[in-house]
Amino acid sequence: MKRFKDIISGIYIGFIAVLLYAPILVLIVESFNSSRSRVTWGGFTLSWYVKLFNNNQILEAFITTVLLAFGSAAIAILIGVPGALGIHAMGRKRYKTMMALTNIPMLNADIVTGIALMLWFVHFIPLSFGSVLLAHISFNIPYVILSVMPRIQQMNVSIYEATRDLGAGPVYAFFHVLLPELLPGILSGFFMAFTLSMDDFVITYFTKGAGVNTLSTMIYGQIKKGIKPEMYALSTLIFVLVSLLLSIGTGISAKKEH
Amino acid sequence: MSNIILKMDSISKSFDGKAILSDFDLEIRRNEFVTLLGPSGCGKSTILRIIGGFVRPDKGRVLFEGKDITALPPEKRNVNTVFQKYSLFPHMNVEENIAFGLKLKKKSPEYIRDKVQYALNLVNLEGYEKRDTLSLSGGQQQRVAIARAIVNEPELLLLDEPLGALDLKLRHGMQRELIKIKQEVGITFLYVTHDQEEALMMSDRIIVMNKGIIQQAGDSKSIYDEPQNAFVADFIGESNIIGALMVKDLLVRIQGVDIPCVDTGFGENVPVDVVIRPEDIEIVPENMGYINGRVMSVIFKGAYYEIKVQSEDFSWQVQSVNPAPVGEMVGMTVLPDNIQIMHKPASEDEEVVKDE
Repeated sequence: MKRFKDIISGIYIGFIAVLLYAPILVLIVESFNSSRSRVTWGGFTLSWYVKLFNNNQILEAFITTVLLAFGSAAIAILIGVPGALGIHAMGRKRYKTMMALTNIPMLNADIVTGIALMLWFVHFIPLSFGSVLLAHISFNIPYVILSVMPRIQQMNVSIYEATRDLGAGPVYAFFHVLLPELLPGILSGFFMAFTLSMDDFVITYFTKGAGVNTLSTMIYGQIKKGIKPEMYALSTLIFVLVSLLLSIGTGISAKKEH
Repeated sequence: MSNIILKMDSISKSFDGKAILSDFDLEIRRNEFVTLLGPSGCGKSTILRIIGGFVRPDKGRVLFEGKDITALPPEKRNVNTVFQKYSLFPHMNVEENIAFGLKLKKKSPEYIRDKVQYALNLVNLEGYEKRDTLSLSGGQQQRVAIARAIVNEPELLLLDEPLGALDLKLRHGMQRELIKIKQEVGITFLYVTHDQEEALMMSDRIIVMNKGIIQQAGDSKSIYDEPQNAFVADFIGESNIIGALMVKDLLVRIQGVDIPCVDTGFGENVPVDVVIRPEDIEIVPENMGYINGRVMSVIFKGAYYEIKVQSEDFSWQVQSVNPAPVGEMVGMTVLPDNIQIMHKPASEDEEVVKDE
């Protein structure tokens, strides 16, 4: 009976996994297909990857994407962590209000955020790399706050007080006691922000100026002219990179929890 | 040097518009074991946090050895705290935890090693230097926390319900150890608890608090035997508290019966509150005591029987080594010495028994 149950649940999980990952698997397979046709297998090749790395436009977009992801995640951490500490220190009513306000940008449709930011930016700054960076920082901050907040709540506040009590100044106590305690939350917040920034298309599309391209906006632009197999190779690389980052991120927070 | 180590001078503090302390005064003498005792929310922890430097009072001054330290941050005060939650540093082992304060003070490695050894001996944790703090039991963690505070040789040690999270048996052991530690290091202890038994056992002086106001201060015996108001009587141990009339000196009328007592100076025909401890009432045959009543319940508690006797509208609690027949009428008697007369509460703040 138990074996039967195991088999059934195995089949079910397998079915779900196929539904989730088969399309991506097809994409990955296609990136190694030497035939230009999408329905026939013409043999294994790495030529699309070679072409990809010889394409300056793509490399440029890749660098922009990574810079954007890294910069926006780092700045969101610098703003979000002190923000989370501040919100945590508020009274219950204000805490709830602030957390609700923090949640809104995450629930908000990307297209709304994108258009709203664009309207805002065109009044003040030229649409460029800078405006995209600001947009990414703004949608990353709530995720940083949300991933740090549980660590703050778990943390025993009297540990910080004990540090002060034993003779440490506030700065020392922050860097030697508070920060190490919060580090897992900060790292997982960073990786989440990084991947979100890499993934984003809609908000980037509306806030970028002419000439600035991230991978996602560039792929979109290329697709309009017909899909080239290099794009499969590129998408495969993005998928691998993002899943790598995500597993590092969850790995860190899981390890620290136990 | 004055004998007063710490003085709180008309301290006021409110949180979110709610006054916790107003014009609170407190003096602690050198080498005293003082306990602040009261229900949660009575302001006792706030007092400790103000002395520790974690809460800034809205008004008033904190004087430490005569110097005003109200504005000093915690790290500049010669006071250390043992927190309620053990609050050991999780990323450090036992030795590193204890040495933390000394390292900050840039003491020599030899000095630190000796001090850590001494402190571990003091709290009975020899050989635990390299242990991970998370692998320790609650009692052991709290000992490390005490050691970590004591190595800094504070003039005053603040203990915020340090045994609150331990089970009963462990708590009793730790209480004895704390007294031993106190005697050995000769540091002034200011202890906060809501456990009256703990307070009675350890303290030189108990300060009973409620709603930010000192209800009574004194040694264990005077607090237990001569509570000054109904709150103290009710909070310290179980007791029968009943309204009565002080007929004249040495005579009080309880439930219409004139009973001799030892109190004087209340005046004649003055309403008072009377406290009689359950263990001080003796059950006798009907009409042989002062007051008659019907036995409503008898519960065996191990060392004694807890007996409830209903007399008119008052239910008397009696503790006796002999059981009484349930449902029967009995008499009750009490020695004059064991009747404690108190003034009726003058202000609402003292009157808490009724709104709880």
